[in-house]
Amino acid sequence: MFLLRLLLKNAFRHKLRTALTLVGLVVAIGAFGLLRTLIGAWYAGVEASSSTRLVTRSAVSLTFAMPISYAQRIKAVEGVSTVSWANWFGGIYQSERNFFPQFAIEPASYLKLYPEYLLSDEEKLAFLKDRQGAIVGQKLATQYGWKIGDQIPLRGTIYPGTWTFTLRGIWHGAEARTDEGQMLVQYAYINEWLRKKAPGRADLSGAFILGIDNPQDAALISQRVDAEFKNSLSETLTETEAAFALSFVSMSEAILVAIQAVSFIIIVIIMAVMANTMTMTARERLSEYATLKALGFSPAFVVKLLFGESLLIALIGGLLGMALTLTATAGIGKALGSFLPAFAVTPTTMAMQLAAALLVGAVAAAWPAWKMSRIDIVQGLRHVA
Amino acid sequence: MSSVDSEPLIRIRDLSKAYRRGGQSIPVLLDIQLDVMRGDFVALMGPSGSGKSTLLNLIAGIDQPSSGRIEIGGIDIATLSESQLADWRARNVGFIFQFYNLMPVLTAFENIELPLLLTGLTARERRAHVQAALDMVSLQDRSDHYPNELSGGQQQRVAIARALVSDPELIVADEPTGDLDRVTGGEVLTLLDDLNRNLGKTIVMVTHDPKAAARAHRMVHLEKGVLVPDEPSAADASEHGPRPPEA
Repeated sequence: MFLLRLLLKNAFRHKLRTALTLVGLVVAIGAFGLLRTLIGAWYAGVEASSSTRLVTRSAVSLTFAMPISYAQRIKAVEGVSTVSWANWFGGIYQSERNFFPQFAIEPASYLKLYPEYLLSDEEKLAFLKDRQGAIVGQKLATQYGWKIGDQIPLRGTIYPGTWTFTLRGIWHGAEARTDEGQMLVQYAYINEWLRKKAPGRADLSGAFILGIDNPQDAALISQRVDAEFKNSLSETLTETEAAFALSFVSMSEAILVAIQAVSFIIIVIIMAVMANTMTMTARERLSEYATLKALGFSPAFVVKLLFGESLLIALIGGLLGMALTLTATAGIGKALGSFLPAFAVTPTTMAMQLAAALLVGAVAAAWPAWKMSRIDIVQGLRHVA
Repeated sequence: MSSVDSEPLIRIRDLSKAYRRGGQSIPVLLDIQLDVMRGDFVALMGPSGSGKSTLLNLIAGIDQPSSGRIEIGGIDIATLSESQLADWRARNVGFIFQFYNLMPVLTAFENIELPLLLTGLTARERRAHVQAALDMVSLQDRSDHYPNELSGGQQQRVAIARALVSDPELIVADEPTGDLDRVTGGEVLTLLDDLNRNLGKTIVMVTHDPKAAARAHRMVHLEKGVLVPDEPSAADASEHGPRPPEA
């Protein structure tokens, strides 16, 4: 109790210095958390992927579509239980700034493959019945204030014209990381239009989503699917959903590595700043530590004082930094909208922030604590701060 | 009256101390032989650089001799390890410094309580001891004050209370009046005199001031690290009569 009281009093002895150190810590830990959250959001698609889903796309490029007839052949492959498909729609809602992903899907099989999209039976039925219907995630609906029955006009970029969809359902994610920032429309509606206006582009799909029963067979099933279309006009590449999602992330891997490096560099910088503060603090109190040792306090007590004070400041700075991250993330997440749908602080990020703060505190105190524990009492008593 | 026992509390034999500076050995104390009786009040005097503070530090167990023995209460403290020496200081020595050396972030009460944290006393027992020490130095009404809210004399009284709160047999004082004006210094010396006479504390005090030294029972002079023949102080001569010089 006495030790804690002494630590608190020591920590705030030089209020301005402590306040400035805390500001540095709050900014550093807050920024570290924000950058980790950004990286986490980038990888959210990978983390949210299911091990029981595979994705089949053109072996040449994702931009090359495959005949929809592949679905039946894929379904016949041993180990595949369900097949669905999805096409990137790429519509613009009001202006280019309002970006969110839209997919034209085969609804019955698709929703079966994505049980994490929690939709009421009534809404699901309404969507299945209405070829011009659409469903959206809760986050997207909240962002644009949509409610069931609303007409949502999208200006097509891949499929020309204005497309108006009726909102038939709003799904909630089964988990926090489930994407609630997408819009799903019926493939049949788009395909019907293509058959009339651009028959050459009809009955094609950009990707097939495969449901498998045993995740351990994923590699084998992928090989079987790709072998099925070997030497065809449109060869396929089948991979796990996680690998598929990762292929998008890897496009910006250099940036992510840089962000990761910066997040750690920030911690190293604040570590140096804090170490400087603690070294100054220790030097100023040299005669006090010498007095304590003269009175009979052990070197370990001096170590406790310095480590305790450093960890206390680091803890306060860390907690405030975490609060800053939470506040900033909420604001930035709102501003980013559907661009990074899973932009939220995770418990792992918060644990990393806390660990980083405590590491900063411990490392900053290590040298002065070691030095002060070994001070010569007589020399220390002569020291004038 | 002081209670001087027949057995010396401090017995120093063949004590030498040298510091190393740039590969050179600089002798500070040479072949010191000194006995201090229990309940005695000794003033260590001498010019700057004579080694009196070094001798006090060695007696207090915060410095190690180059050679020789320092027996205090029958224990040769020169043979103790660092941690043993720390324990020994906590139990046996009270410190009074020229610049008080109080913790600026602790109140007078908390500063006095510091040495008691090394004992097994409960918080209630510690409080009782601190109150008694505050009474002794007449600072009951200043217990919640921080050092910077106290005058120099009051700070030194807090330091004295801290030195005596754990009831050590030996109190070492390094220029206790060096930073005080004459009147306040006189009050501090009276307090030390009371501790010696009424509580029987053995006090070893380093001072430059002959008037301060005169309050001790005995003056020990050091010249260039060597002890010069002993002489009783004025106080000792008036109250105890002249003491025979020691061998």
